Amino acid sequence: MDKQGYDAIRKLLGESPAFVQGDVACAYGAVLAGCRYFAGYPITPATETAESMASLMPGCGGTYIQMEDEIASIAAVIGASWAGEKAMTTTSGPGFSLMQENIGYACMTETPCVIVNVQRSGPSTGQPTEPAQGDMMQARWGSHGDYELIALVPNSVQECLDLVIEAFNLSERFRVPVIVLTDGEVGHMREKTVIPEFDELKLVERETPTVPRESYVPFGGGEAAVPPMGFFGLGYRTYVTGLTHTEKGLPATSSAEEHTKLVSRLCEKIRQASESLVRIEERYLDEAEFAVVSYGITSRVALNAVRTLRRRKKKIGYLRLIGLWPFPEERLLGLSKQVKGILVPEMNLGQVYHPIREAVAGKCRVAHLPKIGGEIHTPAEIVEAVQKLMGGRRR
Amino acid sequence: MRKEIQLAGFGGQGIVLSGLILGEAAILDGMNAVQTQSYGPESRGGAARSDVIISDAPIDYPKVVSPDILVVLSQPAYDKYRSEVGKKAMLIIDSDLVESDESALCVPFSKLADELGRRIVANVIMLGTLAKVSECVTRDSLERAVLRNIPKGTEELNLKALDAGFRSA
Amino acid sequence: MFNKAERIREYLRSEMLPSIFCSGCGNGNVLNYTLRAIDELRIDIDKVVFISGIGCSSRLPGYIDADGLHTTHGRAIAFATGVKTANPDLTVIIFTGDGDCAGIGGNHLIHAARRNVDLTVIEMNNYNYGMTGGQLSPTTPVEGRTTTSPFGNLEEPFDLAALVVGAGAPFVARWPVGYPYETVDTIKRGIEKKGFSFIEILTPCPTGYSPESGLKGNRQIWDWYKRNTLLASKYRQLSDEERADEDRMLIGVLQDVEKREFTDEWAKLVAQFAASRE
Repeated sequence: MDKQGYDAIRKLLGESPAFVQGDVACAYGAVLAGCRYFAGYPITPATETAESMASLMPGCGGTYIQMEDEIASIAAVIGASWAGEKAMTTTSGPGFSLMQENIGYACMTETPCVIVNVQRSGPSTGQPTEPAQGDMMQARWGSHGDYELIALVPNSVQECLDLVIEAFNLSERFRVPVIVLTDGEVGHMREKTVIPEFDELKLVERETPTVPRESYVPFGGGEAAVPPMGFFGLGYRTYVTGLTHTEKGLPATSSAEEHTKLVSRLCEKIRQASESLVRIEERYLDEAEFAVVSYGITSRVALNAVRTLRRRKKKIGYLRLIGLWPFPEERLLGLSKQVKGILVPEMNLGQVYHPIREAVAGKCRVAHLPKIGGEIHTPAEIVEAVQKLMGGRRR
Repeated sequence: MRKEIQLAGFGGQGIVLSGLILGEAAILDGMNAVQTQSYGPESRGGAARSDVIISDAPIDYPKVVSPDILVVLSQPAYDKYRSEVGKKAMLIIDSDLVESDESALCVPFSKLADELGRRIVANVIMLGTLAKVSECVTRDSLERAVLRNIPKGTEELNLKALDAGFRSA
Repeated sequence: MFNKAERIREYLRSEMLPSIFCSGCGNGNVLNYTLRAIDELRIDIDKVVFISGIGCSSRLPGYIDADGLHTTHGRAIAFATGVKTANPDLTVIIFTGDGDCAGIGGNHLIHAARRNVDLTVIEMNNYNYGMTGGQLSPTTPVEGRTTTSPFGNLEEPFDLAALVVGAGAPFVARWPVGYPYETVDTIKRGIEKKGFSFIEILTPCPTGYSPESGLKGNRQIWDWYKRNTLLASKYRQLSDEERADEDRMLIGVLQDVEKREFTDEWAKLVAQFAASRE
């Protein structure tokens, strides 16, 4: 995006700082990241992103289309990405469930795209207007087969904007779907949102092949390679299939060797980059004996609780997961060697608690503070759970 | 300094918009603000509530703990929230719509709006009164925030309404 | 190259051949007709994208040396909608089957017909799920015996051409596979049509299913097409009484009207915004 393009978009977005909802900030982040294609289907509490994109897209020369369902929405987004556009869809629980097959397709075909899931309380239709963090594992494992993708978890309206830009950058860099896991609370709250200036905006653009068609290898390049994307219309005659395929993209469904090579590369390109994908916020961890590990909206309550406890001279630290997948297990292992216990508050009955326990591998205690029903934790609940964790150790 | 303001009434009274304007005014003052809302599945007529937190520091916990100011624009909202709110909270009610037997700042927002010719600006009058008595936002920022969130052609009416609110405090 | 067959061969992705199709399958013919239509229209093959779902007919894009998107079951038209609306300069052709586009993908089919994005759908109807071994499909005739209707089909089938006309598509046609010249010409018209085009081609599946019990081999299936179809142009000449007695399937171009097309309308909207900025 050049300065002129940026200025035109700034005019569409209005004044900064803005006072907008998290859902709207996701749309702002998308257009600033260069997203020029949005396909979606209305669903509470994600609809405001679609509404924003519907108003913004014509003005920045992009395309908005309302599809017949969420399966079609993610399909259109993948199609648009192969037509050369940065593309996004947004949804919530039921729609996210419907998208899973095609998210796997996007992983298999190495299609950059961004999916915002404004989590609501489930299962099934659940509590449509209430927030939850119940899709953390679905984001990682929702489609069948082995794959890796990237998931980011904002905890504020500002971070919705910032992380959607980041999501597009990572998506283009690694040719993988990136999921932004916000929730009904962050999605609907309004906060001060600073729109980045032109020179603050760091965008990653899609790498396309530079070699002649005959020597282009659309799905290869080494064990953890991210091949350049010869998208449609460039003359590379790329054949894209969800079947197990060779480096040339042609089906090889009976070959154990080709399947292993392909799927290993799809996973390794993310796994080997996992250190560079660590996004965590640490506070008060120096000399901390206990820590609260949280993410998303819950982390704001956790921070409030940690501050309260520190005022009472408790040696308690705070670690927030911003990048959830790939999971920053080394950092959690490091933390477990420092502290005696970790509290994991989350708005589900036990999801991120499990990879934390796996990473910690018994090096320290891990206590869980689940909450469901559509209400976020209160600071008092977290304070009490931390005190119980600290007291429990003494006994 | 953290100030918690709760606005409650019926859907259709501009409760959510009022919270938005108040939060935006705080931003224009250089403060931090979080606005959240809750309402039923009805677009009009159901219970509506909008919470605004204004602080000079970053706001971590985004929910109202104990409101410093409660503005009530309907009897059901009064009956529901009055008992939940601590006695230290400042209470502002629309005296045309709510019967209260205790010390509250009673302003006939609806009647004042009718006098200006449009019932719909009652919430803007309320914002003027709220800003005057609580000093949670400056008048200048509130005017700018109102102007940023109203339909074109209604600027004069809304500024008049805001002024009426300041004068009624 | 003067020899047309030679020239058509140039469009093929030779390393993918031979195809997976059974002897007597009509899908290869459809590929041939489509490539001839593209060749005759002199479209730049590097600006054509072939999109498909899952099933035998959905393997066709793999045999063409061009951009291809072999997607998930039933979703080809939704993916294609994304490709076309993101870059309207591309010609987008969808290969699909009766199960893919009318069973699992039926919702996308009717909405694409309604929405009217400039796509060309070539649907190969062989009245069954062939790739999985001959199961009941949404077009299997009443009483048709398949591996999942072993005692005969109790359901009513779709007339897909009629369905898509009803859903609003501006161009709809149907041909049995044995009408090569007519089909090539119809595919050309479908591609040139600014809007959603749906072309159904009746293709035999000698391995999986024949449209009537007891039909042996392709010759008998092709004869069945002849007995059970009537040219739409001839039907239009019939009297009301004759039409009332007619129960054969109509073939030919069944719908050809002009309608507002989505990518055109969207481009106008974008242009309005651009103009208001200046």
